[in-house]
Amino acid sequence: MNIKLKRKIINSTALLLSMAAMAFGLFWLIWILWMVFEQGVSSLSLTLFTENTPPPGSAGGLKNAIAGSVIMVGLAMLMATPVAILAGIYLAEYGRNTWLGKITRFVNDILLSAPSIVIGLFVYAVLVAQVGKFSAFAGAVALALLVIPVVVRTTEDMLILVPNTLREAAFALGAPHWKVIMMVTLRSAKTGVVTGILLALARISGETAPLLFTALSNQFWSLDLSEPMANLPVTIFKFAMSPFADWQGLAWAGVFIITMAVLLLNIIARVVFRESATQY
Amino acid sequence: MNESHNKGRLGDLLFLNLTRIFAAITLALLVGIVVSLTWSAMPSIKAFGFGFLTSSEWNPPAERFGALVPMYGTIVTSVIALVIAIPISFGIALFLTELSPTWLRRPLGIAIELLAGIPSIVYGIWGLLVFAPIFGKYVQPWLAATIGQVPLIGGLFQGPALGIGILAAGIILAIMIIPFIASVMRDVFELVPPLLKESCYGLGGTTWEVVWKVVLPYTRVGVIGGIMLGLGRALGETMAVTFIIGNASLLSNFSLFLPGNSITSALANEFAEATPGLYTAALVQLGLILFVITFVVLSLSKFLLLSMEKNSGGKQ
Repeated sequence: MNIKLKRKIINSTALLLSMAAMAFGLFWLIWILWMVFEQGVSSLSLTLFTENTPPPGSAGGLKNAIAGSVIMVGLAMLMATPVAILAGIYLAEYGRNTWLGKITRFVNDILLSAPSIVIGLFVYAVLVAQVGKFSAFAGAVALALLVIPVVVRTTEDMLILVPNTLREAAFALGAPHWKVIMMVTLRSAKTGVVTGILLALARISGETAPLLFTALSNQFWSLDLSEPMANLPVTIFKFAMSPFADWQGLAWAGVFIITMAVLLLNIIARVVFRESATQY
Repeated sequence: MNESHNKGRLGDLLFLNLTRIFAAITLALLVGIVVSLTWSAMPSIKAFGFGFLTSSEWNPPAERFGALVPMYGTIVTSVIALVIAIPISFGIALFLTELSPTWLRRPLGIAIELLAGIPSIVYGIWGLLVFAPIFGKYVQPWLAATIGQVPLIGGLFQGPALGIGILAAGIILAIMIIPFIASVMRDVFELVPPLLKESCYGLGGTTWEVVWKVVLPYTRVGVIGGIMLGLGRALGETMAVTFIIGNASLLSNFSLFLPGNSITSALANEFAEATPGLYTAALVQLGLILFVITFVVLSLSKFLLLSMEKNSGGKQ
């Protein structure tokens, strides 16, 4: 009787604590999102998109920072996606059991979680230090290096999911291997690959650390890739750490824009992926 | 006929080598990072040798640098994060796999994953402007009055209640790594064959006993892998920590309430303004140390998770 009761009590306590843990996790999510929403919406205005970042004490917007972020993120995706998809194809189609495939897969998974600030240091060492100045191009390269592991991983995973019978059917028609990959396997894994690209895009949209000493930031409107360029994350960092209320307001507005973009991308990626999952 | 056949083979050869080159580029990236960081850190490695790891002096004007304070900050904040995140993540995984009604599992799982997707700068600004003031005003005085009075560990929880500091940074890190650890734990818990769990239930085991005595022993390796993955994230996290750790490169005592510095926050704050030469090299060396530590931790995590997958594949 006694031991039965004891087991029961232990069980209910553990399960209660488990529910509390779940509530604890959700509590932070809701609190953070709520604050971002509340502070962000109160700082939103049209001038955000029409005026450049101001000096302290005067009104302004985030036009140059938003434009800079879009340019660098877009350039990074353009540079990284082809590289990553081709590398993913090698891992899934040619190199499943080769030494190069195995090591690359392992290294790629490490790079996936490697500290992004170290990627920034690397780009600084090989690009910024050699050229002698901070530039938007260096920022885009740093972001591209963060995209590669994500897209390699998802491309490989999605290609492996494609049933072998599909490949065999194409081979039986006499198609060469590269045509089988491009026209059959890659095409049927298309939505999965797109999911990976969207997730990578979501990841780099908010990345700050690798931009700190590559693209730096810029107070003014600049579209020159060889010059420092304003960008949202670094601007938020600078403004939030400042003691000025209007700068902090702009930082909250920037955080709101980034958070909404990232959540939206995550949700779209999930919807896209769900549709592809029901395909088979 | 023959010509098109040859064309196909040529295409194959080209395509194979093209994809192979890009796979090799990914690999070369890692080597490039290690080589270029070591190269750039050379002046500092030569000047300070192993003393770099044991010196707590960080004095840019005098060009004397030591990594002890930032390394201490990185390790202590990560340990605090793990101490909080491990039990919470375990609870969440337990809830998602054993307790939650089936219709709730997916939305709750997605919510936890969204928490993982929020950029670290959002945690940072929230931590600095929302969390830290509340933490300093209500939580820290309470901690000092309760745990702070306990002998031995009491000293850790005393000092000025500034809000920002090492403890606050550790707590924010915990919130950030909970989703990573929880989702790995959930995934490996789902690998447990239902037959094993049902056997335990059949013997009259409670849910807790099934989890503690069947699921956890079976998934031990994977759980540790997940924790290592979270640790890797915590060690390398930059923005959230930089916002809230207080950025003091001086350490007078071991109170967790004091502001400190981590490797990542030192880099984020000082690198762009550092004078070229020894100062920059010392910062790069900090980055190299960080990369080596996270590389080891993440490799360990990868090995553990891989062996977990292999084992469960063989047993099923």
